[in-house]
Amino acid sequence: MMRGLKKWRLFGLAAALMAFLAACGEEQISTLQPAGQVAEDQFDLLLLSTGVMVFVIIVVSIIYVLAIIKFRRKKVGEDVIPEQVEGSKRLEFIWTAIPIAIVLFLAVPTVAVTYQLADVDDMGVVDAEGTPASVTVDVTAKLYWWEFAYPDLGIVTAQELVVPTDEPVYFNLTAADVKHSFWVPSIGGKTDANTDGVNTFYLTFDEESADLEDGVFYGKCAELCGPSHALMDFKVKALDEAEFQAWVAAMQESTGEAEGELAQEGQELFEQSCIACHATSGAGTTGGIAPNLATFGDRNRIAGYLPHSEENLKKWISEPQEYKPGNLMPDPGSLPGREGEAFSEEELDALAAYLFGLTVEDDM
Amino acid sequence: MSSTAQAQKKGFGATLWDYLTTVDHKKIAILYLVSGGFFFVVGGIEAMLIRIQLAVPANDFVSAGVYNQIMTMHGTTMIFLAAMPLLFAFMNAVVPLQIGARDVAFPFLNSLGFWLFFFGGVFLNLSWFLGGAPDAGWTSYASLAIASGGHGVDFYALGLQISGAGTLIAGINFLVTIINMRAPGMTYMRMPMFTWTTFIASALILFAFPPLTVGLFFLILDRMFFANFFAVEMGGNTIIWEHLFWIFGHPEVYILVLPAFGIFSEIFAIFSRKRLFGYSALVFATILIGFYGFMVWAHHMFTTGLGATANAIFAVATMAIAVPTGVKIFNWLLTIWGGNISFSTPMLYALGFIPSFVAGGVTGVMQAVAPLDYQLHDSYFIVAHFHYVIVGGVVLALLGGLHLYWPKMFGTMLSEKLGKITFALFFFGFHATFFIQHFLGLLGMPRRVYTFVGDQGWDLYNLISSVGAAFMALGVITLVINIIMTSVKNERVGNDPWEDGRTLEWAIPSPPPFYNFKQTPLVRGLDTYWIEKMEGNPEGMTYAEPIGDIHMPNNSIIPFIMSAGLFVAAFGALYFIDGDKAWPLPVLALGLLITLGSMAARSLKDDLGYHIHKEDLLKEGGQPGGH
Amino acid sequence: MDINKQYSAQTWPDHPETATLEGKNKFVGFWLFLGGETVLFATLFATYLALKDKGPSGMEITASQLFELPLVFIMTMLLLTSSLTSVYAMFHMRSYNFRAMQAWMAVTVLLGAAFLGFEIYEFNHYVHEFGFTYGHSAFSSAFYTLVGTHGLHVAIGLGWFILLMIRNAKRGLNLYNASKFYTISLYWHFIDVVWVFIFTVVYLMGVVG
Repeated sequence: MMRGLKKWRLFGLAAALMAFLAACGEEQISTLQPAGQVAEDQFDLLLLSTGVMVFVIIVVSIIYVLAIIKFRRKKVGEDVIPEQVEGSKRLEFIWTAIPIAIVLFLAVPTVAVTYQLADVDDMGVVDAEGTPASVTVDVTAKLYWWEFAYPDLGIVTAQELVVPTDEPVYFNLTAADVKHSFWVPSIGGKTDANTDGVNTFYLTFDEESADLEDGVFYGKCAELCGPSHALMDFKVKALDEAEFQAWVAAMQESTGEAEGELAQEGQELFEQSCIACHATSGAGTTGGIAPNLATFGDRNRIAGYLPHSEENLKKWISEPQEYKPGNLMPDPGSLPGREGEAFSEEELDALAAYLFGLTVEDDM
Repeated sequence: MSSTAQAQKKGFGATLWDYLTTVDHKKIAILYLVSGGFFFVVGGIEAMLIRIQLAVPANDFVSAGVYNQIMTMHGTTMIFLAAMPLLFAFMNAVVPLQIGARDVAFPFLNSLGFWLFFFGGVFLNLSWFLGGAPDAGWTSYASLAIASGGHGVDFYALGLQISGAGTLIAGINFLVTIINMRAPGMTYMRMPMFTWTTFIASALILFAFPPLTVGLFFLILDRMFFANFFAVEMGGNTIIWEHLFWIFGHPEVYILVLPAFGIFSEIFAIFSRKRLFGYSALVFATILIGFYGFMVWAHHMFTTGLGATANAIFAVATMAIAVPTGVKIFNWLLTIWGGNISFSTPMLYALGFIPSFVAGGVTGVMQAVAPLDYQLHDSYFIVAHFHYVIVGGVVLALLGGLHLYWPKMFGTMLSEKLGKITFALFFFGFHATFFIQHFLGLLGMPRRVYTFVGDQGWDLYNLISSVGAAFMALGVITLVINIIMTSVKNERVGNDPWEDGRTLEWAIPSPPPFYNFKQTPLVRGLDTYWIEKMEGNPEGMTYAEPIGDIHMPNNSIIPFIMSAGLFVAAFGALYFIDGDKAWPLPVLALGLLITLGSMAARSLKDDLGYHIHKEDLLKEGGQPGGH
Repeated sequence: MDINKQYSAQTWPDHPETATLEGKNKFVGFWLFLGGETVLFATLFATYLALKDKGPSGMEITASQLFELPLVFIMTMLLLTSSLTSVYAMFHMRSYNFRAMQAWMAVTVLLGAAFLGFEIYEFNHYVHEFGFTYGHSAFSSAFYTLVGTHGLHVAIGLGWFILLMIRNAKRGLNLYNASKFYTISLYWHFIDVVWVFIFTVVYLMGVVG
């Protein structure tokens, strides 16, 4: 009996939790379901300030509702002239002093957390052997994609940021063309990618992304950057330390070589028309004209937002302006060696086979 | 002998000429009201297009490029071409009357200010037909604004430059009017609250607009005349634009919202039949808000990377603004407390304003918490926040003020029934549209996106928001119907149609004669008309002078021509950079020549005005202060 | 106010510029306008300081190489003197001595025109000797915009002076134009003060640091 009740209770609790979580959005993108210490701190501030503000709203509402009910003309009388009160020094003092106290109460954690989140002193610190103690990622935002370079590890990737969990990851953020803004709502945010200068910050990833719906956290560009600003998404894979090291090793060894006949055809085509802008091996440095495709087969999306299917890839290659207006990828016809000719269905098949074969996760 | 009655007797051409040349603050108010109202509808249509596009995920109602133009023009139009001119309409209509003046200090400049605004607004909107509107957001951040192709951003910079000059002129005009033109006895601490807020807002205009002017010049020079202020590879710096824009942009919020506070203060007092509670506290809170307004601009740039110290300072400074704002809210609450509340349409807007603005205010404090703002900034949370402040504060004031002052401006009363329907539709629609957007932001939706991928937890909320917007549109349509019906019926009203008017504007006919006051009033205290009424004075005024000749300024077409010259010059500047046409430089020169020539004409020609003679005044009104 | 009313030195008010309501309005309004102008120049100064010596990588021109103090010193003296002569003009305006006022205003205009001439020479010199054109760098844009905006103010002031002098040459002083003369002299002082800041911030600090 008791046992049954307990079960029921548990079920009720779970149901309530589910309802709450549903209102809190999707866990891969919601600020209300923090998955990292920075977002956690921010969420705590949200709760604190919301609590204080709800208190203010309640006080105002009570006075407001009472005033409207008590002093409506129907009740007071049509011809009544109320007393013309000038004011009250005591009341003025009260409603000046209490808000000041509230503001001070909010100001203390605000200032503390502001400094705490700006603390990047440990960035690039090396241990006795000269290896960095933490991961640093150079993020470059471009129209409309993201480049993630790991200068200490000698690798570069794009569109999908891969990070280790449970340790601060440091970022150097800049923009190559116009201003963008880097935001991973459930991990913490956000910082502008300026065209002049580098912004540094850190984030901590406390949950592995593998358990999420798509296996990734969602990242967004938050600063208007042109027609396809809305489509300038990226994804974040948070791996545990061992997996991350394996990924790094696989990246460092990736060559971009095709396997299989069709894929090899694709590679030839790629090397003729695409290689001028797209690199296909993970080893490298920042500054690519177009996204590095070494992890293309591991990716979660085509063009940052379309479902990861061969069909979408073919559409995207054939009509880049249709799917991401204003982006810089040329139409197939204007690529080197194409002389105005679009890719045929067979050529697209070959390219898709090649690109989907570009994976490092299989080698981990 | 009202000016509208006079106008009706004249032909259309004569009426048009009258409005083109008028220097009468009441007619200029009508010009501001009509053109501001027009731009409000344009901006509203743009808003509806935005909500249609975002009603469902992956919508293709408009393309990405067009969406950015609509979104940019919605913001720019609503702030510069709708909200401010509509506030200027009420300032022009009411402030001179409230302080017992016969006109503003510079009637000629008043007209010039209007025509500059008008031509600037028209120029900006012509971009739709000339290759595309600006698409870099109303904030037009420099790197994107420089990179933006076509002439859209040029239209933005030049159009705002012209209309901004008009705004600056209007600001100086109101400052001098309030400093110099008050009737005898109208001390600063007897000025009605709307006059006070106009005064402070005008001071903010004076100091906030020059940074915008400079910023826009940099943008114009960079885009059209080879300068390098924002060209990073040439040593430029785009953050300068952000600073300049927000040094203007934050005070701009107060430029809008302070006069709105003023309108609500008038409404609370009138419809509670009670003196404003804590008048002097309200005055000082207004001054303090105006002052703080200049200290907090960098809270728009918390994520820019100014460093922890700057962020911390600006965070705390921003929170401080909550204190005087809270003082205002509580004083209004205490004004209705113990009053005799009539739920007339203007009062409904004022009562609706309190919860709406408090909600907008508290989310403002939340965003002042800098680390939290890193999450909220540039998300839909901020979209919700500033619409709560601008719509919940300013637009409700404009609608409330429209119902309140319509009889004073036009001599007829808007239908109370339709007015209440308008309020209900608009108020419900407003909350339905924007409350949910707080959550969209918290759920990770960035602002200024032309579309969104489904299944990110945003679909339902966006749909609700779009449905809410339709209710707001229905509200505005009801208002338009109301205006048309009222104008057709044309039932004239007396001096004090709300019966509980407290300030001088309600002591004179609706609409007032073109010279306002036959005799300058003597002001005997705060709410001077109320004092006279309570003492049983049937004339509603004590006079400071016997009836005598009244000096009036002459009408002039020069302000129109002067503004038109800049309008022409702007086309020259705009197409100059193309380099493939011969005409831009001559057109630029011609336009500037028209403007400078008409300035010289103004300077060379003595404009001494004319006098209305005492005998005519006596003939016309029967008795002094006639009804 | 009767524009044709004749005054003598005795009946002429002490402060003719604010003797009428129009004059008072103009007085207050113009001071406020100068407040706005101050913010405008402050913004230009701040931008100049932010962009000083900034240019494309490898740019060699800096403020300390570019500016030559002797020339700027002469310009400063010209403008300071013109401010003084405009004070004399206002002194005579207040004592109802129209001809002396016109004469001092003419001197003011000549000094201002000389200043402007030197400025044009200076800009021309930078462009031709150093290739320091408007589009050369962020530094050049900020420099020419700040100093050029001031120069534009000088030019407008000169035009305004000349217009007033010609317009009123035959009419002499009255309460209608007294406030106009006063306003232009106020404007002229403002331009002078701005130049003192330009001299200090742009040229002195440029050469030193």
